[in-house]
Amino acid sequence: MEAATPAHEQITPAPRQMRRLEPAAIAGVMSREVSNFRTYWKGTTFSSVLEPLVYLLAFGLGLSATLVDEVDGVPYIEFVGTGMVATAVIFSSALPAMFGTFVKHRFQNTYDAILAAPVDVEELVSAEMLWIGIRSGTYGCVPLLVTIAFGLDPEPGMLLVPLFCFVTALGFAGFGVAMAATVAKIDQFNYVTALFVTPLFLVAGTFFPIDGLPEGVQVAAQFNPLHQLVELVRGGAFGFEWEDLLRFGFLATFALATWRVAIHQMRKRLID
Amino acid sequence: MAAIELRNVVKTFGPITAVDGLDLEVPEGICLGLLGPNGAGKSTTMRLLTGQAIADSGELRVLGHDLPAEAKTARGLMGVVPQLDNLDVDVTVEDNLAIFARLYRVPDVGAAVEKALAIARLQERRRDAVDELSGGMRRRLLLARGLVHEPRLVLLDEPTVGLDPQIRTELWTLIGDLKARGTTILMSTHYIEEAERLADEVAVMHQGKIISRGRPVELITEHAGRQTAEVYGPPERLAEARADAESKGLSVRPAGPAIAIVGSERVDGAIPEDAVVRAASLEDVFVLLTGEEAE
Repeated sequence: MEAATPAHEQITPAPRQMRRLEPAAIAGVMSREVSNFRTYWKGTTFSSVLEPLVYLLAFGLGLSATLVDEVDGVPYIEFVGTGMVATAVIFSSALPAMFGTFVKHRFQNTYDAILAAPVDVEELVSAEMLWIGIRSGTYGCVPLLVTIAFGLDPEPGMLLVPLFCFVTALGFAGFGVAMAATVAKIDQFNYVTALFVTPLFLVAGTFFPIDGLPEGVQVAAQFNPLHQLVELVRGGAFGFEWEDLLRFGFLATFALATWRVAIHQMRKRLID
Repeated sequence: MAAIELRNVVKTFGPITAVDGLDLEVPEGICLGLLGPNGAGKSTTMRLLTGQAIADSGELRVLGHDLPAEAKTARGLMGVVPQLDNLDVDVTVEDNLAIFARLYRVPDVGAAVEKALAIARLQERRRDAVDELSGGMRRRLLLARGLVHEPRLVLLDEPTVGLDPQIRTELWTLIGDLKARGTTILMSTHYIEEAERLADEVAVMHQGKIISRGRPVELITEHAGRQTAEVYGPPERLAEARADAESKGLSVRPAGPAIAIVGSERVDGAIPEDAVVRAASLEDVFVLLTGEEAE
């Protein structure tokens, strides 16, 4: 009988000590997301384009034709259109992160497979957040493009909108992953949506300026990442102010904080 | 160097002790069958070896790497075939393999995918979504995915659980090929026949510990002797035969509708005249040691 050649001598790279947050591990996990995304991108893209269009028609054209002409000197359709960017970001980051993470963990056992490879929880969560951030950062720009089609003048500052969306989406992706690692059953996401997602969405300044709200709500809104994103997008469209640097810093801090919380929660959930 | 070394490993989940002072050494190049009933601690042991569970105490070393500190490095050198199918069902066969080739940092992903496709004999189905494959094809793909980086050590966690006999035989052939290539294999199973066919050595695990270990034939000789006598009949007849055999110091176990008198050659006149005598088996050992019915 012919002498067998140990299989591992043929392909396995030389063993080495692996570090934290290896780009190859993160890229590997993201490649899985890309492969899956290729199977469902049409439906996701369709809804991501159609939803802001419907909102713009309903609120932007509907209200501006009947109740509101303009807000702070900005035509109402442009006011809503720029605000809708934040809506697109939260719905394409927090919700996919919550449901996607839960399904991959509980029903598909995907994370068991990935964590059996040389990938750790920190890399897994980072990759999931980055992928959602990129995807949501892209989809977040759609309402702005639609609003431009409705008459908003393009401005150089708008080129920063994908970055603003990306950083905010990272934060909400971390939030969603952390929630998915915390809830016991999928229907508990109803509480998360009702207690966090919907209030954040409504008190972001998308449909009406928050300076008309009670003072306590105005203060609370300053801690709403979506409100900061709305202000940044409007800054890109109508002119930045120096406070926008603070706003961006707030969003970056939000992303950093949820990243660490998501890793902590996922480690508790995935490692016995 | 041993591929796997566990010393006095303990893992608890609340009040349940899943692994209870486990000592286990697996030399390189062998296939060790970890045989035990459900709840014996086999799957927990597998998770400890991949760093997906952290031991409360004890020492763990895989391919020279201490766990859990160097678990990630160790995982890069081993392949894992899980009990549950966790393939990406919407993605194509070759993409499933390519994703894991990347996760394992394989330099030539294309070549690794080709080899894995050949192992799974799925070259013709490479562009099909996993959803379109039969159950047997999916198991072959799952095995090939664990081998895509040609690991030095492979952990097979109940590799054929729930499969029909034909698919099981197919997988046994693939695992046999893997053994022939010199890969170290740790295979947990609760199928006696699987352990008997594939394992160079068998470790019987019960209540979180290894209670016996050796080559199958050694275990049989040590615990069950040469022959087993099966007695069939109505319950009163079986009770009578059991009492008689036990009074002569022999071990008796239930065997479906019969009782099995193990090591019946050890005592003259221990075998009832109507008993069916057969060679002692690993199943006899398993049931004697664990008190559980074998599958």
